[in-house]
Amino acid sequence: MTRYIIRRLLQFVPVILISTLIVYALVFAMPGDPIRALAGDRPMSDAVRETLREQYNLDDPFFIQYFKYIWGVFTALDFGSTFNGRPVNDLITQRLPVTATLALVTFVIQSIMGIVAGILAALYRDRFFDRFVQVATVTMVALPTLVIGFVLQLVFGLNLGLFPIAGANDGLMSYILPALTMASVSTGILARLVRGELLDSLKSDYVRTATAKGMKRTRVIGRHGLRNSLIPAVTFIGADLASMLGGSIIVETIFNLPGLGQQVFASIQGQEGTVVVGIVTLFVIFFVVINLIVDLLYGLLDPRIRYE
Amino acid sequence: MTESQTSTRTAPGTRPGDTPLLEVKDLHVEFRTKAGVSQAINGLNFTLHAGETLAILGESGSGKSVTAQTIMGILDVPPGRIAGGEIRYRGDDLLTMKEEARRKLRGGKIAMIFQDALSSLNPVMPVGWQIAEMFRIHRGMKRKEARVKAVEMMERVGIPGAEERAGDYPHQFSGGMRQRIMIAMAIALDPDVLIADEPTTALDVTVQAQVMRLLKDLQNEFNMGLILITHDLGVVADVADKIAVMYSGRVMEAADVYEIYGKPGHPYTQGLLASIPRIDDEGGRLRAIPGLPPSLTDMPSGCPFNPRCEFATDRCRTERPELRLVAEGHLSACHYAEDVYAGTATVTQRPSPTGAGMIPISEEAPE
Repeated sequence: MTRYIIRRLLQFVPVILISTLIVYALVFAMPGDPIRALAGDRPMSDAVRETLREQYNLDDPFFIQYFKYIWGVFTALDFGSTFNGRPVNDLITQRLPVTATLALVTFVIQSIMGIVAGILAALYRDRFFDRFVQVATVTMVALPTLVIGFVLQLVFGLNLGLFPIAGANDGLMSYILPALTMASVSTGILARLVRGELLDSLKSDYVRTATAKGMKRTRVIGRHGLRNSLIPAVTFIGADLASMLGGSIIVETIFNLPGLGQQVFASIQGQEGTVVVGIVTLFVIFFVVINLIVDLLYGLLDPRIRYE
Repeated sequence: MTESQTSTRTAPGTRPGDTPLLEVKDLHVEFRTKAGVSQAINGLNFTLHAGETLAILGESGSGKSVTAQTIMGILDVPPGRIAGGEIRYRGDDLLTMKEEARRKLRGGKIAMIFQDALSSLNPVMPVGWQIAEMFRIHRGMKRKEARVKAVEMMERVGIPGAEERAGDYPHQFSGGMRQRIMIAMAIALDPDVLIADEPTTALDVTVQAQVMRLLKDLQNEFNMGLILITHDLGVVADVADKIAVMYSGRVMEAADVYEIYGKPGHPYTQGLLASIPRIDDEGGRLRAIPGLPPSLTDMPSGCPFNPRCEFATDRCRTERPELRLVAEGHLSACHYAEDVYAGTATVTQRPSPTGAGMIPISEEAPE
């Protein structure tokens, strides 16, 4: 077990190196001079330009630039600074809470809605609620996030006035619509997953045994059927949480939430390589850590899994 | 109020032992499938007394397991449907009983062992927990107390190091040990009736004997009525008191074990017994009953066995034989049961050379 964790942690190193290298290369390959773009229409003296280029290692060959950057990340957790001289670490500290809140609210919404809908659909199989869930989940999975976001803004924000349409100034309320938007696809998938797993499990021999042991129906379903059918659901929810930061790019832009996703989008447009790479590295670390936790959790839930 | 009435009903004049432990009367079970209504059980009758072992013998699809599931009340409904009949436990009809009352009998008074212990045990719960659950739910014991009882049960069924192994999961045990755990769970609450559905089919031959020995010992210890469902004639001969031979959802023949093996009164039973390979046979082909059991959605008219029976006549093809007495305690559902029993029945058809079915003797070319 400990050896397994250590091995998985060591795997992080190449994953992070390769993913940051790719992102760095992509930003490096973008056409145009970021310093000139920074200055905009105002004139900039060659001396200032040279100093800035020197400061951001822009004249070094690509691999040297990358190495200097990644060295800072690994030795001092220093993600560099923006062209305005602001440390990327500051930026992350300021914007992370917004994205983390969004991810957490989304996580809670999709877990509860998806699992509850899936369980009820399985228990009322082929009845009205089941059919409703089937249709609703297909719709949720098929519709693009953008469309769902706009519909929610229109109906719940503008027409009904229940939730703020954009911005993060109303506490948790600001996060409801963005979280619903981000949760829609996964809620649909999760509901279907739980429904299918529970139906399979209710047909299984060990559930039949539980009935034959004289257990109450509620216990047969809850303690024996559900316990087993939720294992794949946990894996899915975990993997989804891990990739949620990527999803935040679109949703934070639609709902104008000042989080990391919105920042990445702006920084790509501004060719601020250090910011993009910094935030993406954070996303990658988050992704691999959550995945490790999910794998370990899986072993706790299913004793048949062995780590070697 | 009704409960006390039913329990006192047997009191005057009769000894309590006279009420059978379990009595199945004219049971009909069908399944609704896309191909039509499939008649899994067609008028099944049998009785079981305390301390008695009844073997229900039959091929796949003969309705053995459906019988067990119907008695336990774990039949999948739908597609299954109990179309008629009674199952009386100590005189009370299980089929009309309130679900809550029936649930308390299930596992407590009537328990079941399944064929495949690996899939029948919950894969993500420790075995000790699964046994202890019986004590916790039926007896309301606390977790610790129930665990102590569970370990005792594991010791009783011969699991070495029961104390340490109670925390292990089903996949960590060998097949024989897993079946012992199933047995421990089934007998935990000292049931009156134990139904064992192919309990040794999934096990190695050496382990089979040990598990059957254990079942037999436990039966004697607790004076249980044991229903042993199997297709294995060897297992039956060792442990059964009575045998009911099932075919197409009916009992074809029922008698005590010596009668059946010594003087079978039904051509189907004869065929089954003849198909046992014998150690003194010198090579040659294995004998099999020609043809296949009928489809349950499309039963032949008359006797369900007539297309495969070497004694079949026109009467067998039109009139369904009822189960009747051919000798003391020996029932057979064959029009010619007496002749079959006496070994004087006339052969009317022989297996076709392909072995796929029967051809009438009159059409055979004279030699």
